[in-house]
Amino acid sequence: MILHMLLDYDTLRVIWWVLLGVLLLAFAITDGFDLGTGTLLPFVAKTDLERRVVINSVGPVWEGNQVWLVLGGGAIFAAWPQLYAISFSGFYLAMAAVLLALILRPVAFKYRSKNDSARWRSNWDWALFVGGSVPALIFGVALGNVLQGVPYRLAPDMQIYYEGSFLGLLNPFALVAGLVSVSMLVMHGAAWLVLKTDGPVAMRSRSWGIRAAGATLVLYGLAGWVLFSFVDGYRITSAINPVGPSNPLFKTVEMGVNGMWFANYAAHPWTMLAPAAGISGALLTMLALMRRWEGAAMLTSSLSIAGIVLSVGASMFPFILPSSIQPRASLTVWDASSSHLTLFIMLVATCIFLPLVIGYTSWVYKVLWGKVDARDISGGKTHAY
Amino acid sequence: MDLDVVGLSRLQFALTALYHFLFIPLTLGLSMLLAIMETVYVMTGRPIWRQMTKFWGVLFGINFAIGVSTGLVMEFQFGMNWSYYSHYVGDVFGAPLAIEGLMAFFLEATFVGLFFFGWDRLSKRQHLIVTWLTALGTNFSALWILIANGWMQNPVGAALNPQTLRMEVSDFGAVLANPVAQAKFVHTVSAGYVVASMFVLGVSAWFLLKGRHTDLAKRSMTVAASFGLAASLSVVVLGDESGYMATEHQKMKLAAVEAMWETQPAPAAFTAIGFPDQGARETHYAIHIPFVMGLIGTRSLATEIPGIRDLVALAEVRIRQGLLSYDALERIRALGSAPVPPELKAEFEQHSAVLGYALLLKRYVDDPRQATEAQIRMAAGDTVPQVAPLFWSFRIMVALGMFFIVLNAVFFWLSARRKLDAHPWLLKVAVWSIPLPWIAAEAGWIVAELGRQPWAIEGVLPTAVAVSNLGIDTVLGTLIGFVVLYSILIVVEMKLMLGAIRKGPDLEPTQGAHSPLVGTTPAMRSAPLITAE
Repeated sequence: MILHMLLDYDTLRVIWWVLLGVLLLAFAITDGFDLGTGTLLPFVAKTDLERRVVINSVGPVWEGNQVWLVLGGGAIFAAWPQLYAISFSGFYLAMAAVLLALILRPVAFKYRSKNDSARWRSNWDWALFVGGSVPALIFGVALGNVLQGVPYRLAPDMQIYYEGSFLGLLNPFALVAGLVSVSMLVMHGAAWLVLKTDGPVAMRSRSWGIRAAGATLVLYGLAGWVLFSFVDGYRITSAINPVGPSNPLFKTVEMGVNGMWFANYAAHPWTMLAPAAGISGALLTMLALMRRWEGAAMLTSSLSIAGIVLSVGASMFPFILPSSIQPRASLTVWDASSSHLTLFIMLVATCIFLPLVIGYTSWVYKVLWGKVDARDISGGKTHAY
Repeated sequence: MDLDVVGLSRLQFALTALYHFLFIPLTLGLSMLLAIMETVYVMTGRPIWRQMTKFWGVLFGINFAIGVSTGLVMEFQFGMNWSYYSHYVGDVFGAPLAIEGLMAFFLEATFVGLFFFGWDRLSKRQHLIVTWLTALGTNFSALWILIANGWMQNPVGAALNPQTLRMEVSDFGAVLANPVAQAKFVHTVSAGYVVASMFVLGVSAWFLLKGRHTDLAKRSMTVAASFGLAASLSVVVLGDESGYMATEHQKMKLAAVEAMWETQPAPAAFTAIGFPDQGARETHYAIHIPFVMGLIGTRSLATEIPGIRDLVALAEVRIRQGLLSYDALERIRALGSAPVPPELKAEFEQHSAVLGYALLLKRYVDDPRQATEAQIRMAAGDTVPQVAPLFWSFRIMVALGMFFIVLNAVFFWLSARRKLDAHPWLLKVAVWSIPLPWIAAEAGWIVAELGRQPWAIEGVLPTAVAVSNLGIDTVLGTLIGFVVLYSILIVVEMKLMLGAIRKGPDLEPTQGAHSPLVGTTPAMRSAPLITAE
């Protein structure tokens, strides 16, 4: 096959770096409101019927939304195999905690309404809370650690040795990053609930959403300040070969470069749009919730999430996963991707199927448009959870 | 299997995969049955078919939930527990997994929500399309997963890149058209159809025995028996195809499944039953059926099937060839990013196809080139999988497969004669047969994957090398976590399944007979609709 030569290897690598961001974003924006809704469940719903309204607001869509995570995992495996191998095995216990929490979620959705006992239902409510909040926290903590560099090294045969501990992940900066993640997803979940429910649930969601948007602003600002003042960046010191073989050990890297994570903003000022969107999105969400612009709040909180996630990528480019104990083993866009051919094939598959996915997902959302009606649930009219 | 990190990681993978595979076959088959039932509903307009779709849909939903969550574990476990594997073959193996998500899993997961929530929001035809798309999604999903798995069994269309130290795709078409993957896909999907058919058959038989919902039960049985008969015939025929593929691509697996220690003159005999003894490399009390093995395995009277002892000798030769390639690889590596001289590249490529055999020595020495003669012989001996479990799993699977054909045929015939409830003892057989297809499916997984050992990727990457460098406590911890959570879930799942079956279908066709209180708690019934804050 010679077709893949149509696109240069370095172009494909950048495209897949962008697509990695797109997939993360799609997950954060779609499944994000499911996670946020789960986290908010104990706070915005007081009676069983209210809780069922909250659960049913995401009931028909969470399954599809979660596929973004599955697809994200698959795409990282296919396009950035070393990123998949090092991050998943390095953050082993954290990933296991995410999995255990996420296993609870689907089961809780399906099984909660199958039994009338209050105890049964309250157990599954807790499962939904854990299934929402734990992954949200851990994903943020993981990203916070990536920004600081992760303690792994690569042997010459590419065997991976991770030398950190689980507790080491819970350092102050990472915890702040984790809280940013929780607060932004709670903000997003609240915006969703305001859109999909009415009455007291929507009222409580509105006030929680305003608080969460405020928290997002403060915590994101704090994280940015800590990153600027205390977290050192990384820099490639050898010549870069953007079409070279994917072997991270072929380069040299300097770590501990102060302010390096902000160099891209200085070099390419347009990248500052990302953090700007993160901040203004949260501000606008606050405003929209106060003014009761229901649909707008959903859009602005999505904007905020997009800005926050993209700002991480913009800070680190071309780094994807820096190593704090063997800097030259750091993964970058230029030396951690799949082969030229695989990237091309995956791009073709994406171009064919992603528009289809977006098309039928939109159709499903359109069919389900409108607020969840408590009377439908108590009437048992639909197969509601 | 030693309980070191490799052993524990294998155990965790096997348990989570076997558990996942309790739910997947039913999802595969039941989604098709739902689509068929709903098609009949839309074509005839008779409400009972809608009621059937909804009833079996409830059971489908309970099963689907666990299938989804345990699938996520499978997808993440490669990176978590098999990081060297992920690095080494991600370029090839990752693509089908990602395309599975894009093309298949999105389809089923997006539409399964509408299947449950869309009855009142969609027209008849729209809902039917939704059901078919869900079924199509689950089946496409199996296709891509088995393309990935087929590549583990028969790694075509890829080569080792000495500079990146990993397998890279050279011909994606070959990965897609992998004959092993094709055979496995049809075999596995048919097995799923059998599981679902036998499930519907057995549950309906229970209704008939109790004299409940007889209309629904009889119609369900007719669908299940016809579908199940076709599926069980195809599962056996295509299982035979898998066997033929194994002769071509995984000779050791075939020899181990047959406990064939020595090469026999063609056509080889089939060992119907016996007690394989791995230490002595012989099978005690064996009962042979002449010619059958040779015919199944080679479809000829003249082709020999090699026995285990000869295959071990072959493995030893390959280890020595692989070492030559390994040595060339080390010299290429010493060059760093400098271009590789063509003669060195040629030296590497001469035996790079069997480089994986040299990696078998990594269990014993860090540098395989330093291996002693004894270690080379041990590594060659390691290429024999555990014979007894394979031998027995295979026989259990085949015997059950034959039984499914008979049982489905009997009910198909009874259904045609409109005598489904004429023989209560047959109904009891159907009820008690519900677990059997699951046993067959799990046995099939054991034959396919235990039979692949000691390889993660047949001939390319040994399992012991593929594992992540994790602490033994860490893996043990998550293993315990999964076992505990999964055990709770299966208990809950079984309770809900049985509860939903006992409750039976909702009586919905006549208007007004519908209770507005379904799914509410007593407290809710007396409470105002939404309480004020």
